Amino acid sequence: MAKVLIIGSGGAGLVSALSAHEAGAEVVVVSKTLPTRSQTSMAQGGMNAVLDGDDSIADHIEDTLRSSAGLGDEKRIAFMCEKAPEAIEWCNRIGLPFSRDENGQIARRRLGGASAPRACYAQDYTGLKLLHTLYDQCLSAGIVFENERFLLNLIVDEATNRVLGATFLHIETGEVEEIRADAVIMASGGYGALYGKHSTNSVQATGDGLAAAVRAGAKLADMEFIQFHPTALKNSSILISESARGAGGYLLNANKERFTDELAPRDVVARAIHDEMAQSGAVYLDIRHLGENFIDHELPQERKLAQIYEGVDPVHELIPIKPAAHYSMGGIEVNETCMSSISGLFAVGECANHKTHGANRLGGNSLLELVVYGRHCGEEALKYALKHPVPDTPNLQLAKDTNFVRGVMYFTNQIDFYQKQEMLANIFYNNVGLVRDDMGLKAVLGAIRQMQKELPFMGPRDKSKVCNTNLVEFIEFGNKIELAEMIVVSAISRVESRGAHYRIDAPQRNDMMFGAHTITWKEDGVLCADFVK
Amino acid sequence: MEIIIQRGEVPQTYNVELENVTLLTLLNHIKTKIDPTLTYSHGCRSAVCGSCAVRVNGREQLMCEYKPSDGDVVEPIRNARVIRDLVVDGSMVERFNRAGEAWSEKNSNERVSAEAMERIETQSDCILCASCFSACPVYTANPDFIGPFALTRVWRYVNDPRESGIESKMAAVQSNGIWDCTLCGACVPVCPQGIAPKQDITMLRTKSVMMGYPDPTMNFGGGFDLGGWDF
Repeated sequence: MAKVLIIGSGGAGLVSALSAHEAGAEVVVVSKTLPTRSQTSMAQGGMNAVLDGDDSIADHIEDTLRSSAGLGDEKRIAFMCEKAPEAIEWCNRIGLPFSRDENGQIARRRLGGASAPRACYAQDYTGLKLLHTLYDQCLSAGIVFENERFLLNLIVDEATNRVLGATFLHIETGEVEEIRADAVIMASGGYGALYGKHSTNSVQATGDGLAAAVRAGAKLADMEFIQFHPTALKNSSILISESARGAGGYLLNANKERFTDELAPRDVVARAIHDEMAQSGAVYLDIRHLGENFIDHELPQERKLAQIYEGVDPVHELIPIKPAAHYSMGGIEVNETCMSSISGLFAVGECANHKTHGANRLGGNSLLELVVYGRHCGEEALKYALKHPVPDTPNLQLAKDTNFVRGVMYFTNQIDFYQKQEMLANIFYNNVGLVRDDMGLKAVLGAIRQMQKELPFMGPRDKSKVCNTNLVEFIEFGNKIELAEMIVVSAISRVESRGAHYRIDAPQRNDMMFGAHTITWKEDGVLCADFVK
Repeated sequence: MEIIIQRGEVPQTYNVELENVTLLTLLNHIKTKIDPTLTYSHGCRSAVCGSCAVRVNGREQLMCEYKPSDGDVVEPIRNARVIRDLVVDGSMVERFNRAGEAWSEKNSNERVSAEAMERIETQSDCILCASCFSACPVYTANPDFIGPFALTRVWRYVNDPRESGIESKMAAVQSNGIWDCTLCGACVPVCPQGIAPKQDITMLRTKSVMMGYPDPTMNFGGGFDLGGWDF
């Protein structure tokens, strides 16, 4: 039986696990934590699909393509939108408890940038309920989980550019392990946690899979495109779902006046908020007029979180908000079969770039993408695995990584990496955020290169072998630094404005020069970048 | 503010001057600024990933929702093997959900009324934080008890208006399951999602009896129970 190793246990990982299993693979899912703790649980808004005649698949494609600002691949977007109704049906069949409308159909709401209400949802817990439903199905299917394993590196045979497996730190024991497989699916999530307290993401979204892929020689695409969600709580960056605006919520400035179309695409709304904050000093979300009944029923999480983190009750008060880093459009460059530039290495979900979101993702398209492409990826990975059984090639990666984990304990700790991590988050939010310019970006690049040099002077201060989260967080920090450089170099190279990437020193879109994907990779440790159509 | 954290056998006291923050924010402050060896689990900061359940002054709380007070004592959740400090072995989630067959077996794509779907709304809000598991006193007597989170999940699928494959689930919860619960209700107030596993277990009991399963708690009234009448 062909073996498929899946790294990451969020929505994308679990969908591809079920799909590969269904197709006949032996599947192992490796999780950094526990499967139901992943970032997918935080998705609230919904999953886009055209279910009846009031809406059309052509419109779904058109909306997605328009929002992608020239970087969406029409064929792949069409694939996703055409498979959307089937994806919803599949989710419903495995038990996802979608909310219903008065006709007993799956209820839909309108999210920003959509020409019709087409986001199927389960209250404001769509991601949570999807993730848990998938987990339950995986248990039913007898899928094997290896939990609390932190990805260190991919094992790649250099001569043939073929992935052989991956190495992991077993967090509990502190031992380094390897898992070999015929095909590997990376489903490790995005890199939003780079923005620290200015991100809506889980602290776990540190881009470990992308960083490992880069070290293994894979190419990344469009890393500079990071979506900022317009409405995060001001002090904590905790997400207030777009459905709050979809349902009729207003954005108000410090003078309590509306200043923008609340339902424009996310990049437009986020920048309008950014500008308004600079001008009037504060921006609020107002959902008071929706009424207590509606808020308790459709937005219960929002009410609770605003009370805990901002001390305001949205039923009676305005919610102070700011834009925060939310979704990584950039990711591992993959082809139509979800395979990366390394043979046998597939990628799916937020860590991959399927070119379905382009320069700006539409709300409701990420859960859709992970279901449609997760199913596709599982099948394609198995096809590859059957055709190309993994050779039993000796490889030094396990020995190297065992030595690294041992050696990192002797790093000198003259510099506190937590402090550097906080600084990285701040300079990223301010200079690699909603509004960018050449000078700011280059200053950040200088700071990153300095931090790279300083890494040996940092290190974990906790010397425990057992469950050393200080060590894990240090390696995560190394991954962030690895990706930070690629993001900033991509952002410097793209001297134009498009979607989520806005350069105040080049505010126009320039298709002649930059109507292409930013491809970045490393050769012998040197970062390379190119624009490819 | 003084916070006491149980670390293995030893309680350790930390002094932190932070006002009006969550316990998680406070622990993050300790880890990044004072003591990097302090070990705990966390993720979303918004009470939905289920990573950060602990006990504060003897009661289960999510660290990302709880606002600490001076002198609070923080311990790992109970009934699970402690790996380090506040981190426990989370394998009970997989083990007991498997034991209860807490998944959809056979589901339809028919239309369902909004009211019918709302029947399982609360139960499907579960974030698997295991607070209920920690509060449950049955585990001291029966470590194989399928327990509150898994039984709520079984009821979530049994009560799903679209579900038609409930027989083997109902069979799976007969032993070490619904009848082992003492209905003490300790699981109810500790759930951060407002779920009442005790009620769901009661519903499963009623359903079981309706399906013809014997009720072992009703061992009076002329049965052949080995325990018999005790007078």
